Amino acid sequence: MKILYFAWLRERLNRGEETVFPPASVKTIAELMDWLATKDEAIALAFEKRDLIKTALDETIVEHDTPIKNAKTIAFFPPMTGG
Amino acid sequence: MSITVRLQSDIFDPGAETNAFLTAHTKAGAAVTFTGLVRSDPTNPITSLTLEHYPPVAQAQLEEFANRAIARFGLLKATVIHRYGKMLPNEPIVQVMTLAPHRNAAFEGAQFIMDFLKTDAPFWKKETSPTGENWVDAKIQDDTTKLRWE
Repeated sequence: MKILYFAWLRERLNRGEETVFPPASVKTIAELMDWLATKDEAIALAFEKRDLIKTALDETIVEHDTPIKNAKTIAFFPPMTGG
Repeated sequence: MSITVRLQSDIFDPGAETNAFLTAHTKAGAAVTFTGLVRSDPTNPITSLTLEHYPPVAQAQLEEFANRAIARFGLLKATVIHRYGKMLPNEPIVQVMTLAPHRNAAFEGAQFIMDFLKTDAPFWKKETSPTGENWVDAKIQDDTTKLRWE
């Protein structure tokens, strides 16, 4: 599964994307965030305030409790500030 | 009924875009143009603004907001232009244009699109100033402004 990071998340983690292979026990985006945080201290720190992290699953913006199922791409990003 | 959504790094001419939008339409009685500009507050000046975006989602979200505005307010046409990349103070960032039979629909349609664009379209602003770089924080006020359409 491909993970994308944007804005200050991308800068803090020093990468815009990576490929990960979470275990089958990881069923929702929230669980994916927990799992990523256990693997990487920088992610754990960046994900500390969960409500500041928005997510998109296969290019659709979704909530953290959304099941991952067979998602190809999951994106993590801060609250949006366009316009 | 038609929508146009354009994401581009190049600067655009707000007046030329407005003129191009104002093509003859027999039912049209009102057009609204909103242009968002790069602000540099004299007390806290910036040298440039850089917009990062998530292209497919930004395009899809803006198309959805424009389509919802057309359905909700009975617009004849809606166009959204949004830039990404580096831009300078006073340059245009975004332009929203609506065409409708009457003014209220045109005003409200443009506000509706902008309110959702601010909080739900994946763009992020980074300011560069003489003292460094800073990601702009989202404003809680933008979330509450959007609630008026619920």
